[in-house]
Amino acid sequence: MLPDTSAIESVGDSIHLAEVQGRSLWADARTRFMRNKAAVVSLVVLALIGAFALFGQFIAQHERDFVNFSLMGANAYKGVPSIETGHYFGTDSSGRDLFARVVQGTGISLMVGIVGSLVAVVVGTLYGATAGYYGGRIDNIMMRIVDVLMSIPFMFVLILMLVIFGRSIFMLFLGIGLISWLDMARIARGQTLTIKNKEFVEVAHAIGVSPMRIVLRHIIPNLLGIVIVYATLLVPTLIIYESFISFLGLGVQEPNTSLGALISEGAANMSYGVLWQLFFPLLFFVLTIFAFFFVGDGLRDAFDPKDR
Amino acid sequence: MISFIVRRLAVAIPTLLILVILSFVLMYAAPGGPFNSERPLPPEVLANIEAKYGLDQPFWKQIVNYVSGVVTSFDFGPSFQYKSQSVNDVIAQGFPVTLTYGFWSFALAAIVGVSLGIAAALKQNTWLDYLAVGFTVGAQVLPNFVMAPILVLVFTLWLGWLPGGGWNGGAWQNLIMPVIALSTSYMASIARITRSSMLETLNANFIRTARAKGLPMRRIIWTHAFKPTILPVLSYLGPTFVFMITGSVVIDIFFSTGGIGQFFVNSAFSRDYSVIMGITILVGALTILFNLLVDILYAWIDPKIRL
Amino acid sequence: MKMTTTLKATTAIMLLTAGAAYADGHATHPETGEALASEQTFVYRVGDESPSFDPGLVEDVDGSKIVRDLFEGLMNQDADGNLVPGVATDFTVSDDGMTYTFNLRDNAMWSNGDPVTAGDFVYAWRRASSPELASPYSWYMELMSIENGAAVIAGDMPTEELGVTAIDDTTLEVRLSQPLPYFAQMVVHGTTFPVHQATVEEHGSEWTRPENIVSNGAYVLSEHVPQERLVRVRNENYWDNENTIIEEVTALVITDENTALTRYLAGELDKTQVPAGQFPRLSAEYPEQAVSVPEACSYYYTINMTETGNPALQDQNVRQALSMAIDRDVIAEAVLAGGQKPAYTFTHWSTAGFETPDIGYANMTQEERNAQAVELMAAAGYGADNPLSIDLIYNTSESHKSVAIAISQMWKQTLGVETELGNQEWQTFLETRGNQDYEIARAGWCADYNEASTFLDLMQSDSGYNDAKYMNERVDELLAEAKTSDNPQAAYTEVEQIIAEEMPIIPIYHYAAVDMIAEDLEGWPYNNFQQNIYSKDLFKIAE
Repeated sequence: MLPDTSAIESVGDSIHLAEVQGRSLWADARTRFMRNKAAVVSLVVLALIGAFALFGQFIAQHERDFVNFSLMGANAYKGVPSIETGHYFGTDSSGRDLFARVVQGTGISLMVGIVGSLVAVVVGTLYGATAGYYGGRIDNIMMRIVDVLMSIPFMFVLILMLVIFGRSIFMLFLGIGLISWLDMARIARGQTLTIKNKEFVEVAHAIGVSPMRIVLRHIIPNLLGIVIVYATLLVPTLIIYESFISFLGLGVQEPNTSLGALISEGAANMSYGVLWQLFFPLLFFVLTIFAFFFVGDGLRDAFDPKDR
Repeated sequence: MISFIVRRLAVAIPTLLILVILSFVLMYAAPGGPFNSERPLPPEVLANIEAKYGLDQPFWKQIVNYVSGVVTSFDFGPSFQYKSQSVNDVIAQGFPVTLTYGFWSFALAAIVGVSLGIAAALKQNTWLDYLAVGFTVGAQVLPNFVMAPILVLVFTLWLGWLPGGGWNGGAWQNLIMPVIALSTSYMASIARITRSSMLETLNANFIRTARAKGLPMRRIIWTHAFKPTILPVLSYLGPTFVFMITGSVVIDIFFSTGGIGQFFVNSAFSRDYSVIMGITILVGALTILFNLLVDILYAWIDPKIRL
Repeated sequence: MKMTTTLKATTAIMLLTAGAAYADGHATHPETGEALASEQTFVYRVGDESPSFDPGLVEDVDGSKIVRDLFEGLMNQDADGNLVPGVATDFTVSDDGMTYTFNLRDNAMWSNGDPVTAGDFVYAWRRASSPELASPYSWYMELMSIENGAAVIAGDMPTEELGVTAIDDTTLEVRLSQPLPYFAQMVVHGTTFPVHQATVEEHGSEWTRPENIVSNGAYVLSEHVPQERLVRVRNENYWDNENTIIEEVTALVITDENTALTRYLAGELDKTQVPAGQFPRLSAEYPEQAVSVPEACSYYYTINMTETGNPALQDQNVRQALSMAIDRDVIAEAVLAGGQKPAYTFTHWSTAGFETPDIGYANMTQEERNAQAVELMAAAGYGADNPLSIDLIYNTSESHKSVAIAISQMWKQTLGVETELGNQEWQTFLETRGNQDYEIARAGWCADYNEASTFLDLMQSDSGYNDAKYMNERVDELLAEAKTSDNPQAAYTEVEQIIAEEMPIIPIYHYAAVDMIAEDLEGWPYNNFQQNIYSKDLFKIAE
């Protein structure tokens, strides 16, 4: 379920190509991205979803944890979506306003995805670039460690961690962050191997710039394109992971919620006449993931001008 | 090639050892033991039970006993929870089940995914392409814990065509829904990767040359385009098979198939240490094995890659 | 030996005739005279694989059901929960109430044809309490007050010292360490069932596998696929085989209760549980199938009374206010909606011989309770300007979560109390609660036997299950008094009143078993408070 790494790697190749030819890579990429209708529409959708998560609470008529005792449990079917009652998306099976909860769930799911992929990107890039730049034995050891970690059935270990240390958003980030940087590290290393033989790196090395500084100042900025593409494609993957963890009941704690938790609850009740409990969270989930996929694909194509 | 395999296997052993120690430490640090219950056991009863399973030994001794049991006699110990079964029994029971539906899901995902991807690429920007792209994106985002109960509602309650769950020794009726629920999202990913890889290959110079020479399209695809197309797909297939095993958690919960996923989740929740360890090691070993297989296959298809 | 053979022959003939009768679909039930269906199978859902169905080791409710079908103990219960003969035809109690003598029937047989003897019981009881078996339920032997039970379990005495003796093959003597009026009720439990010594010794822990098992109940195990299914079929050597109607009983493991309901509606199951909150809808749609009967458990919140708890909760006013602000009718009727009853007493309302005492706040309206709760909170010094915040933990489960969400909102809406919800995994939860590492925790208690002390003994200062660490000398005194009293109701009433006053626990509701049961399945023991179901008493009528 992790993003397809080989396609991302080719982004790196084309970025270097672009540099050699001396074009303005970023301007070119922007033009190409703007020509991709699906990607642009998705970017707008993403912005709207982001705004919904940030400001939706101001539109909601009810607190997200306020229980309306007449619309709960057995009476949940009365909590149909309605403009008059202020429950735009209806209520959940505990009698709480689903609109307010979807707002919060979207926020948490986005946060899990974005923070998780930021961690992955930062750790992975630094690790990969360091390994690639130093090469030799250091590289060998560092990449063997990645190999070892990649062989660990991570979902199983994550389940264990959440069961054992109690569920919390921190644990979730830690668990997801622990595994998702591995691919990034591999990609970053591969790219660094080609970059480090470029003239500007050799010049920096010759005039005595410290290796740490070379990695941070000269190598990593050149990995940026590939990093952005990878991060964009990693976000939806992590959101999907989170939903799986929530399905197992190991996600965020009540009264907080995530899209995964809402969908899982909605799916459990779907044959009981309260389909809206599944529909609205699923809609936001699907839209968010679609949008990230298309934006990610768009970015990849924009940075990698090969006609796909 | 041989030295490559040997090297990889040499890495596998410390990996598994790390896995064993990691999960052992995790469980040792956990609050709550396998023998807690609503009514706390009298201390003397608890002592009897802990002595029976060797939990009264110091930590290092437990881990040494465990590892030596596994290494010397392939004995993963008794299950703490299922009183009449050993971990070997549990795995012998659950793993073939998971492997069976995992294999069929994998085969279905790979065959249909690749065919769909190639078809979409060849008919780029036709209705077939749009349909394929629509399906793949849709299938990728529908969580299988939503799809599984929908399948049961449709095929069992409304249509009455298929049994709503159970394994029944692996009868085909019991296999259909688990395989659909497990394979769809991977099928979609494989189709996406195949499609974009195929498009890229078709634009490569050697294919253009072949076309210019007037070779029939069918021949171009199978003799020239297929190999480079399939390479990125291959590197995706290794992890996929392992994800299928992980995915069995959802399958077992909804279809009561009694596979390894159900045992794992139950043991994690009830702190059945020995079963958790056994399954974690099994899945770890499989992960290593499949990564290795994919690498070998990769090198076999693409001789440019040196192992 | 000779007798056994003759019996076997008779049984075989009975079976043949019975079989023929079932086949043509015109057989009738011997007592009710209803026409029986030609296919007599019973398929039900269990939520999880049972850890064991070895009588010595069984520890969960589902496992006990399997044990009750496969094995038979000294006494059984009928549909109303009354004692009826099992392997024992009757028993006598000595005048001091310390010695029970059971007379065993001479025609009871194991599934391999061996006779069931008093020695089998002695072996089974010694085995269940032996440190070698290390049964998680060995404490049950201690609970039965069998002579030397505690010492044997602790390993301080050899198992031979256990107070149970086979006088001869059909006479079993049990000596107790103290008189126990409800002892006979306790031998209905699976832990006291016999096991076949030769089989256990030959196969060790694998003796319960279908290919090895020898049992003495109405059914024998024919197939067991862990986490998938467990099938048991008629035991032709069972002494009362001629009255067994259901031919085959299947337990299917279905984790997800909603999927289980779907499969029930598709006709794959004869019985499944109703998911929380779905009872009203299902009983409107399927009035003949959705049933709710009282179940011997109480649901309550326990308050940590030690200094590790929340200091505010040491104040009786606060505890009372929290209890009064809970609208139990909403919990019972809206959240769960399955025939559960609001609880103001700890003891389940339908416990035998228990009369629910008059508890002051039980008779108020919710508005009155809320008003009084607000006053009590104000008296304790909490209000809008000084809001109380508390932690509430529950173990992972959809319905515990729903109840906790509702109650925390009641506290917030009525009292302005902020509640932090903590959802913990079962094993972690038990540890946290058992170590008094909580403020308020969810708890539930099910009756071991049908008498009020099974609940109220938890309020004893030194009870191992008193997670509130509630200490009250008067309560201890009353409970001790009740043990030997002819009419303990007065003592129970006073204990319940003290609990309602001091509120170390907040009773919330009394359980109900809420099931979907197929229309053609008859003989269900709706009135059996402990839900002890014997598949041999069930039957399917022709539609």
